[in-house]
Amino acid sequence: MLDYSILIEHWDMYMQGFSNTLKASVLALIGSLAIGTVMAVFRIAPIRPLNWIGAAYVEFIRNIPLILIVFVFFVGLPAIGIRFDSFTAGTLGLTVYTAAFIAEVIRAGILAVPKGQMEAARSSGLTYLQAMWHVILPQAVKIVIPPMGNQFINLVKNSSVLGVIAGLDLMYFGDLISSETFVTFDVYIFVALFYLLLTIPLSLGVGALERRLAKSR
Amino acid sequence: MFKTVWKKMIGLGLVAMLSATALVGCSSETTTENKTDNKKEQAAETTLDKIKERGKLVVGVKYDLNLFGLKNPQTGEVEGFDIDIAKGLAKKILGDENKIELKEVTSKTRIPMLNNGEIDAIIATMTITEERKKEVDFSDVYFMAGQSLLVKKDSNINGIADVNKKGVTVLTAKGSTSAQNIRAKAPEATVLEFENYAEAFTALKAGQGDALTTDNALLFGMAKQDPNFRVVDETFSEEPYGIAVRKGDKELLDVINEYLKEIKANGEYDKIYEKWIGEKPKQ
Repeated sequence: MLDYSILIEHWDMYMQGFSNTLKASVLALIGSLAIGTVMAVFRIAPIRPLNWIGAAYVEFIRNIPLILIVFVFFVGLPAIGIRFDSFTAGTLGLTVYTAAFIAEVIRAGILAVPKGQMEAARSSGLTYLQAMWHVILPQAVKIVIPPMGNQFINLVKNSSVLGVIAGLDLMYFGDLISSETFVTFDVYIFVALFYLLLTIPLSLGVGALERRLAKSR
Repeated sequence: MFKTVWKKMIGLGLVAMLSATALVGCSSETTTENKTDNKKEQAAETTLDKIKERGKLVVGVKYDLNLFGLKNPQTGEVEGFDIDIAKGLAKKILGDENKIELKEVTSKTRIPMLNNGEIDAIIATMTITEERKKEVDFSDVYFMAGQSLLVKKDSNINGIADVNKKGVTVLTAKGSTSAQNIRAKAPEATVLEFENYAEAFTALKAGQGDALTTDNALLFGMAKQDPNFRVVDETFSEEPYGIAVRKGDKELLDVINEYLKEIKANGEYDKIYEKWIGEKPKQ
């Protein structure tokens, strides 16, 4: 049986960790969605240098372990005088990393929209950006929802990387409680439950959104 | 062709089996002899006599602790504060600092190895505690370790009082005694705990905290590695290191204590201290 006294005695720590994990996830989600969309458009825009920037970003970032990107923000940038606290460094690393994957998801979505849509929009007098924003992206969104849900769930779980740089998230406090009480199993089961509290509603939400958009098609 | 190979193999196997049984027979005889010998010796001689007879002092030291006992990967030699103390002791007992055999111990193995006679004494950053006094006898304190703080050279932190303030961040390792101590003694400070001291030191170097806390013995090693950092003078816990011998080895213990007094009086101790720690011992 699980030892609930651990949960009760360390409730404050679990709550602080939970709220920081939630905060880091929401901030990284918004940030990576923005950067990811820009990078996806860069990769397919009819301007060569932008293609290169987009491709370089995606290939460089997604092929490096997340923890190394976080270390760049935590101990690398301070060497040139830019310092973030552990929570900010972790959230920034997570944002930059996830954005590379989101860029690929969005690019796939945009490419799945038939070419004729862009041609028709352009010939009705819209600029490239207007056509992208008003015609292509709205259609791409529907296609992109399921893989995007995957990325969001991964993002929440990946936020546990903050624990390594003392980012005060769920994993950090889990490690702390476990090393103080010498209990491993029960402590981390509670940590897992708190993660589920974030990821399961997210899964269900993405599923619901998918069904609603499918109807409107 | 095939047959001869088979014959050879069977023959070899038989020979091997026979010789093995013969060897077992021999070795069991010799061990029983040795055992009776040992018992006789122990009854008659003290450990100190045995060391003199053997012409060699056997000491258990650490092989993996910077500054105290570390095997130099280039030379294969074990070096450090504990090693120099051990060599001095060999000189005191046998007149030659090279009449010594160093054996690697860890915190887990040192007491069992001492008690089964593999080593004569332990000089391995061993803190004198009431619990351990039940198992071994300790010499006088030969190094006073304690929890302290590692800070930037130009930092104005000089003791525990300077970190017990809001806005000061202290780094340490998860689950360590140091973490519990610092929380109790500096409740106002923010304490960040990392996987291990190497990571905590990396974070300190990156300016992610104002101080790093653990035993000063470890901190001196870090400060030596990176001269931009210094160890503050104040310690806020006491971890006295002692030399351990088997319970009841009074003659050996007396010689060790006499030796420690001598080197403290003639300046040899200060020399060893300064060589490894990089500064003079506090009085």
